[in-house]
Amino acid sequence: MAKESTFKNMVIVLGLICLICSALLAVVYSVTEDPIADALIAKTNDAISQVLPEYDNMPGEESSLVEVNGQKYVVYTARKGESITGYAVESKAAGFGGELKLMVGFDAATGDIYNVYVISHSETPGLGAKISDNSPGNFKEQFKGFNPAEKVLKVHQEGGDVDAITASTITSKAFTSAVSSAYDVYRQLKGDSADGVTSATQTNIGGGNDE
Amino acid sequence: MSKLKIIANGIIKDNPTFALVLGMCPTLGTTTSAINGFGMGVATMFVLIMSNIVISAVARFIPNKVRIPSYIVIISTFVTIVQLLMQAYLPSLYETLGLFIPLIVVNCIVLGRAEAFANKNTVGDSACDGLGIGLGFTLSLTVIGLVREILGSGSAFGLKFISGDGVLAFVLAPGAFIVLGYLMVLFNKFVAKKE
Repeated sequence: MAKESTFKNMVIVLGLICLICSALLAVVYSVTEDPIADALIAKTNDAISQVLPEYDNMPGEESSLVEVNGQKYVVYTARKGESITGYAVESKAAGFGGELKLMVGFDAATGDIYNVYVISHSETPGLGAKISDNSPGNFKEQFKGFNPAEKVLKVHQEGGDVDAITASTITSKAFTSAVSSAYDVYRQLKGDSADGVTSATQTNIGGGNDE
Repeated sequence: MSKLKIIANGIIKDNPTFALVLGMCPTLGTTTSAINGFGMGVATMFVLIMSNIVISAVARFIPNKVRIPSYIVIISTFVTIVQLLMQAYLPSLYETLGLFIPLIVVNCIVLGRAEAFANKNTVGDSACDGLGIGLGFTLSLTVIGLVREILGSGSAFGLKFISGDGVLAFVLAPGAFIVLGYLMVLFNKFVAKKE
């Protein structure tokens, strides 16, 4: 079946195969490059639309970087007319199975959490993975309307007001701490706008007409 | 051997999961739900068919000593194509299977069929072998996923039929081994009876 293996024909055959394969991959890559980027943007926009109250701008295009405690966070700003209605903060924490990425939306005026969206996680299916559950009475739901200024953003075991998922305390704590660092970002944003100083961000977040 | 026989062989007699017991890593890892198992099976089937076709077509030009590296390059090319296509057009499935797609390269089923079948058979027969083995793999993974999903999460293909949880252990790794073991027993009993 196969040919005799001489140095020359081994080099030629293997070289040719690699060349053809890489050319093929280059073609497929160039075809799928745009759809992959679009899929990522669509996912971000979907996350944003779920965690922000009413808006009429494109928060996905109005992103800024905010630095809190040495960590950089991406923030999307929602506006309705002239006033800012909410902020969506991308936040992360180390979960049980790996990194946990969340999008947390805040009402700009009150600081209430509007909604939380799980961007990605690698928690145990059936246990920690319930953080992304959308059925009624799920874990995320308790964060809707949660105001970290009035209640404590910690699980019950640590003296807070968050009900942890049974048998998934580490995941619940990670989730809560990600929400809590998102709240720190929100506080910084509010602090800046109250002082009337433009924050260390790319876009102008000043204003405060909604207060 | 007729084409139909080759395909049937891949599903029953040479069923990669229950008879040959190959590719256990993706089998145990991806079958947390029926749809995940199905997706993994279809991705593997595509790679298997394409690599079988190409390898059977070029096998006689490949010097014996660089046979394995050549097959690996061909197989990994198709795996990368699947990965890019899935990422672009099925992003939600890619998210669940993402980790396991690159592992198709080292899935012994694919290299095993290249070595055991594709390099000594015609293109047509090899395509049928790829299809048969791929179908066998897809069916096995879907069934394992379905059983684990029904017992573990109380749903089938994502449709919930009980409120709350099932027996969580079935969604986790131990449940994968238990379900695989019992299904293997049932499968072999059924096949042994037929023969």
